Amino acid sequence: MKLYQLTIHEARARLVAGEISAVELTEAVQARIMAVDNDVKAYLTLTPEEALAQARVADERRATGEDTPLLGIPLAIKDLLCTAGVPTTCGSRILENFSPPYDATVIARLKAAGAVLLGKTNMDEFAMGSSTENSAFFTTRNPWDLDRVPGGSSGGSAAAVAADECVGALGTDTGGSVRQPASLCGVVGLKPTYGRVSRYGLVAFASSLDQVGVLAKDVADAAILLQVIAGHDAHDSTSLDVPVPEYSAALSGDVQGVRVGVPREYFIEGMQPEVEAAVRAAVDRLADLGAQVMEVGLPHTEYAVPVYYLIAPAEASANLARYDGVRYALRVDDGGLGAMYKVTRGQGFGPEVKRRIMLGTYALSAGYYDAYYLKAQKVRTLVRADFDAAFEQVDVIVAPTCPTTAFRIGEKTDDPLQMYLSDVFTLSMNLAGICGLSLPCGFDTGNLPIGLQVMGPALGEQQVLRVAHAYEQATDWHTRRPPL
Amino acid sequence: MKLSQEQVQHIADLARLALSDEEKALYQEQLSAILEYFERLQELDTAAIPPTATVLPLRNVMRADEPRPPFSRDDILANAPAAEDGCFKVPAVL
Repeated sequence: MKLYQLTIHEARARLVAGEISAVELTEAVQARIMAVDNDVKAYLTLTPEEALAQARVADERRATGEDTPLLGIPLAIKDLLCTAGVPTTCGSRILENFSPPYDATVIARLKAAGAVLLGKTNMDEFAMGSSTENSAFFTTRNPWDLDRVPGGSSGGSAAAVAADECVGALGTDTGGSVRQPASLCGVVGLKPTYGRVSRYGLVAFASSLDQVGVLAKDVADAAILLQVIAGHDAHDSTSLDVPVPEYSAALSGDVQGVRVGVPREYFIEGMQPEVEAAVRAAVDRLADLGAQVMEVGLPHTEYAVPVYYLIAPAEASANLARYDGVRYALRVDDGGLGAMYKVTRGQGFGPEVKRRIMLGTYALSAGYYDAYYLKAQKVRTLVRADFDAAFEQVDVIVAPTCPTTAFRIGEKTDDPLQMYLSDVFTLSMNLAGICGLSLPCGFDTGNLPIGLQVMGPALGEQQVLRVAHAYEQATDWHTRRPPL
Repeated sequence: MKLSQEQVQHIADLARLALSDEEKALYQEQLSAILEYFERLQELDTAAIPPTATVLPLRNVMRADEPRPPFSRDDILANAPAAEDGCFKVPAVL
């Protein structure tokens, strides 16, 4: 096994035992990036010197007997998270030259835990998209098939993990942006409960839905990363001030008696038959392991797409008002102040961002607010109530993460509604603010990964990790690597 | 729900977006199709359902009103397209 293929817990064991140094590990991962990233195109920015300096510091700290959870572990960061002095573009021309004066809280926590930061990963512009095709810079490719998308919006982070171009990564998930690319790239992607992880320094898209998540090579690594980033932050008034449990303790391998719900609404016409078969087989596997499987109903699932695509663009239209050519990066001058705003924004934002700003502005505008925005907020209450009722009967809900495996680059770019509909299985979780993850549960005949989504109630990360880990330990999907 | 050209222009003005004629025509068509799909929300009777603006139980989070070190002015202005005398500089308003 190559050094760059190690998981966090495997690398940690070798670092602790003194078998490898953080510098060796970092150099191995950097060499891997040099070897494959011309094909995968996962990274927007690399910080090789800074990473090696952090690795040297990690080795020095370890030599003095220090040991922190991520000491010397090389990670990748989605370019939506602020990194002090390192460009943070959000995949947008409008922020092409933006370098934040501070670290996001999650970045500060990773650094405090000793992590080595390799660089910033590609994404759909302002996290709006499901394929990275909306990046203003380039499209990341799926390591399993370079003609296909890696998913999005955290497609760069998912592809980097799948291609062993980092040991783990951070992403963000507003409507599935961690889980969907994890599913399409065959890695583990965890979206924590809304409020579990600080959003300070996460560039805002839809503030009632955004959450930082992790992308990892296995479930144990996801638990390690969550442990480091979870917790209250006075800088984020929406962060929950509740104790953080020991997530690794949930990885017992035992699901005896755990109640697993299967929602009938997540097996729909038009989904890829191989996806349904793989997910059904995974459910059977959990039953074999002792879980108590039952059907549950989430009857408002079909309304999640319109609810999400009204609420998220409405919030985005307000959040993105700050890009006005005054305080950050791009300005296009064209006469007076009013014209400067319009021309800067017209040229600085890409087509999907403008589409969503238009949609959100319309939904909030006089005469349409009640019919669209308020209506969507009311139906959001019904979507939440579905989950509340289901979690009275079961401990976790399992379902497909996506209706299909990775689609071809360019296949859906002409039809935004079709692209939105591909998010049908991930949006509801954000609307309800609950937690969940995607992990590999098989491959289709084209050797493309299939994702299993495990959902838990608010602050139910432990039971989600427990079930996902038990399934993972009983299978070997997570050990497969793309043919790069 | 078919949006008119005038509505598309009105929304773009509200959002402070300069759009080309091609963009306006494209968004007119695409937003109309998206809004037509979204009409299915009207099937649901939500008269008695309260709206969800946030999933959190938190309201009005307070903190002690104590001075803390601010960002340096130079660091903040470093990202501005134009600055002068420690201020953001903008084109003439009038």
